[in-house]
Parts: sequence; structure tokens; C-alpha cells
Amino acid sequence: MKILVPLKRVPDPELKTKIKDGAIDLSGASWVVNPFDEYAVETALRLLENGDAGTREGGEVVVVTIGPSEAAQQVRSALAMGADRAIRVDAEDKAIDALTVVAVLQAIVAEEKPDLILMGKQAVDGDANQVGQMLAGKLGLPQATFAASIELAEDKASVLVGREVDAGVEYKRIPLPGLVTVDLRIVSPTAVKNHVTPDAFAYGDGPRYASLKGIMAAKKKPLADKTLADYGVTASPVIAEKGVELPPARPPGQKVDDIPTLVQKLVEEAKAL
Amino acid sequence: MPYLFETEEHVALRAQARRFAEREIAPHGATWEEDEEFPAALYKAAADAGMAGIGYPEALGGTGGDLTHVLASAEEMILRGRSVGTVVGLGSHFIALPMIVRFGTPEQQARFVTPCLAGDKIAALAVTEPGGGSDVAGLTTRAVRDGDHYVVDGAKTFITSGCRADVVVAAVRTGGPGHGGVSILVIEKGTPGFAVSKKLKKTGWWASDTAELSFEGCRVPVANRIGSEHGAFAMIMANFAHERLALAGQCVAIAELAYREAIAYSRERHAFGKALTGFQVTRHKLADMASRLAAARALTGECTIRVARGEMVPALCAMAKNVATDMCSFVVDQAVQLHGGMGYMRETLVERLYRDARLYPIGGGTREIMNEIISKAEGY
Repeated sequence: MKILVPLKRVPDPELKTKIKDGAIDLSGASWVVNPFDEYAVETALRLLENGDAGTREGGEVVVVTIGPSEAAQQVRSALAMGADRAIRVDAEDKAIDALTVVAVLQAIVAEEKPDLILMGKQAVDGDANQVGQMLAGKLGLPQATFAASIELAEDKASVLVGREVDAGVEYKRIPLPGLVTVDLRIVSPTAVKNHVTPDAFAYGDGPRYASLKGIMAAKKKPLADKTLADYGVTASPVIAEKGVELPPARPPGQKVDDIPTLVQKLVEEAKAL
Repeated sequence: MPYLFETEEHVALRAQARRFAEREIAPHGATWEEDEEFPAALYKAAADAGMAGIGYPEALGGTGGDLTHVLASAEEMILRGRSVGTVVGLGSHFIALPMIVRFGTPEQQARFVTPCLAGDKIAALAVTEPGGGSDVAGLTTRAVRDGDHYVVDGAKTFITSGCRADVVVAAVRTGGPGHGGVSILVIEKGTPGFAVSKKLKKTGWWASDTAELSFEGCRVPVANRIGSEHGAFAMIMANFAHERLALAGQCVAIAELAYREAIAYSRERHAFGKALTGFQVTRHKLADMASRLAAARALTGECTIRVARGEMVPALCAMAKNVATDMCSFVVDQAVQLHGGMGYMRETLVERLYRDARLYPIGGGTREIMNEIISKAEGY
């Protein structure tokens, strides 16, 4: 079984956003794998392995990123976790939009023919939440988004995906090949079932740690450097960033002595009543 | 600032160590320090996260890598875990096991090293005795051969992780006086006659347990002897190079943390109408801290590269330790000073770091012993 995991590098979400000349200043940013994509890598590994025995027989996890040469570092961290090989398609972040990404991934899927495409529900930088859906649409593949749990059928011909919705959990079975986008809860200890790892086995919470051994092994795993042209794609984004600014600072709050003053201020100043 | 030796691999390792420390240590570190203990389950968690086997061969259950990886990961654990006691307690195997890795038989390695790296057992090194510390050649714990056992009598003190250790790598006297009569025995928990006589109260490193151990007619199989009989002195001395660099690395990490805390506090704290950083005296204090930190990091880094390359540089290691400990003592003191009254309060991190830092000119060979090593090497 082959699983394709597209992943994106994002500026470390824990760092404070700096804005300079109407754009986000990324000059000093440190970059990390988009957390939801990291969950997708973890999910892919859990689907293929026996988590209890710590073994894996067959199957392949291929990670793909579209980004500049520095993005190789984030790809390697997925390889260090246990993914088998990687493809990096060279492009500047600014030069591509979701449709370009979809076009590239579409070509890669045609070439790689994965049984399952697993990806984060969205990247935490742009929060667009559309690549998975558009890619499935373009490929004509069944999709299940925001997976909180996933179970690979014993015959490996379908997956049962649990999605948290307002009324509870909705289960969707999709045949493979198909596309699944994952949400945070997919990396909870028992969210992934594959009929290989014993059902009672509980993983640690969150994506696995890459050991130094894994980090060193990752350097030797294949990482193919490609260009947009290799996939017949020209970067012609239809979405352009026009400007970025922080929301205006909120005026300071006021303390009032009693309820009548509060009501008076709500009526006269805030005009809320 | 990372060490000069760091590669992309170290960056990736730091990211993992950071994640481990932020998740598993930082939320509880302050409590563990006050409780003077961290949960034993943390050893397993560290092993599962790949943090225990760094610097050990894969064949023994380690993750590979060398001293450079040990330093980078330990620094990140201190910076993000913010509990020095926890990190040094977790790391006590690093002073205990290398002798078994280097001089033990495959059978001894499988019995003692692998379970510790898997987080199933806890290791401690026991050299210092109530009657003497730095004078290794003068140690008095006796081990008398009786058939295929040694009968051990004596005591060891200031033993990091000693209260909970399953595997105690102890220096004992098997032969005559002086450095030619010392051997290394692995004494296992549960051996009759081996007891933890005291859990010691310390100035700093609270989360790490420190014990006094006693041995009374404790029968240890000869199969537990590491290396040749009476041949331990050189092994212990070789082990010190790694220990001293690890300690120097911890000093760099602690000082870095105290420095960052001092900057943050100086920016936030206002006096006489401006932030502390608005005063030249504060900025210059911080600049001095940064400069000494950079110097100690540079020397520690250079020395680490040399040791990782296999060079024998005991005097340089001693210099690195002294430079790093002096720097750390200075930086934590200045950090407390910048915090003013808050710096004297137990709730403030730099107060604890100030106490933690006091160990370093003493542990792993005192500042004075380091100077003796340097003097001998320099030949005056």
C-alpha cells in the first residue's frame, strides 16, 4: 500500500508575527512542518505498521513538498519520523497558490498512483483549507475531510473515517484510492486502526519523536528535487496578496463604578442599547 | 546561539529534544524541583522519545551520535524543560554507562547498558566516598575476592540518581593502596547488603535525587567487574573527560537560560519611568553576560569537537569546565541581581538556577582539581 503525504513548511506558529512594508516579515522566521501535515505523516505510518511490535512489513510513505531548497529540512524531518522517500518541487512560496499546488499534486498522483493521499486539513499559515478538497475534486477521487479517526479495512480496499461534527461523530467509508484530510484528534492514542496493530494498543499522544537514529537515517533516504516544469505546471497564481496589516489596536477598557453608569455608557458612548 | 559544530542533524535533534522537554518536563519542572523528585516513569518516556540513547551505539539500544549530540540535546532540554535537576537526573546514565560501553563485555553491556537505555532501569556512578571525593586513588570501599564473588564493604556519597538506581557502577578497592588497586564493579539493586542509607538535601539540583549508599558484606559476582582487576583508575580518568564536557555544556545551557530570563525581565520591569533595558548599566551587564557566555560556549564547543574526534585533551577539558563554571556562576548571579527582590524569591526561575549553578565548580572534579590537571599538563 502506498500513501502519499503532501506537506508544507510554515513559519513556526509559536513565533510572533512581524509585519514590515505591508507584508509578513519572514526574514528571521524559523520554519516547521505544518502541524496538521505532521499528523498526516504520523497517520500514514500508523496505518502501515504494527505499532505494538514496532515493525512494518511493506507499504510506502512518500512525502511531497512544494517549496524552496530550504524546505528540504522539513521534508527530512518527515523522513526521520519514518517516511520512505520524498519529492520536493522547487518553487517560491509567494509564486504559488492553492490551484498551482493542486496542479502539481495532480501530476504527482498520476505518476505515483498512491492508494491513499493523506494530508493536513489546512496549513496553519494561510488557513485556506482547500487543497485537499480541490485535489480530490480534480482527481475525481472520493474524499473524507477533517478525519478524527481512521480505520483501514482488512482487505485494504477502503477506509472508515470518523469526523467530528456538531451533532457527534459522523462515519464515512470511502473506497481506495481516495483522499483524507486529518484533524488534530487523528494523533490521539487509538485513533488509527489497521487490523495489524492490536486494537487495544495505545500510541503516545501526538506525532512520534524522531530519534537521532531516524534523523541520521533520513539523510540517506531518497529526496528527489523536481521543478514545476517537470510536472508541466507554470506558476500563474490567480490569488495574489495585496497587503497585510495588523488589526487596529483596541482602545483600552474602562472601569465603571456602578450599573447605572454602565448602562448610561452603553447607551450614550457605545450606542449598544 | 548554537555550537559551531552543529549540523542540520543537530538542528533536527534539538527540535525533538525541545518537543520532549516542552511536553514532558516544562509543565511539571517547578513542582518536581520543590518535591525533590521527578516521576520514575519519565525515564521510560525519555527512552521512548529517543532521548536516552543519544551518544550510544545502536547495537546496544542507543540512537548513535557522539558527544556533540549529547551536548546539543541536553542544552535544549535545559532551555525548554526549565528544570536542571530533572535533566541531570535523567542523564545520570551518561556518567555511569560509558565505562561499560568502552570496557565491558558484550554480556555485561546487554545486562546493564541496554535496559538503562530502554528506560527500564536507572544507572548511577558511585566514586565519591564520605571520607574523600577528589582523591580517587585514596578510596577505601573494600571489595575482597571470595571465590567467584567480591565481598564489598564501605559507603559512597553524593550519588546522583542513587536512591532509585538499579545499576550502580561503583569504584572499589580490590587491591593495595593507591591508584593501582581500584576496580569497577556493577552493584545491582536488591543485592543483599546494598542499601540506600540516606537521601541527601542539597543547595540545588533538587529534582534530581542524590544518595548516600552503604555496602555491608555485599556479595557481587566477579562477572560484574568491568575491565581488569585493579585496572579502573585509567578507566575512571578517561570517563571524566566526557563528564566534564557534559557539565561544561550544562553550564552553558543554564547560563543561556538565565541570560534569556534576565533580558525578558529587564524589558518588562520598569523603574524610574522606563524599562530596565533603558539604562546603560543594565545593557552593559547583559552585554558582559553575553560575552562570557559566548567565550565559554566557544571553548566548550572546541573541546567537544576534539574529544569527539578522539583526541585526548584532559587539560583542555579541565579548562573548559573551569571557564564554563566560572561563567555560569557569574551569569546566574547577574541574572538574580537584575531581577532584584524577585531574584531572591523561590518562585523565580533564576533563583533556582543560581542554586543549581553552585554545583558545577564542585561536581565532576572541583575547580582546584581542574587546575591541578592543567598545571601537570602545562608542566610547572
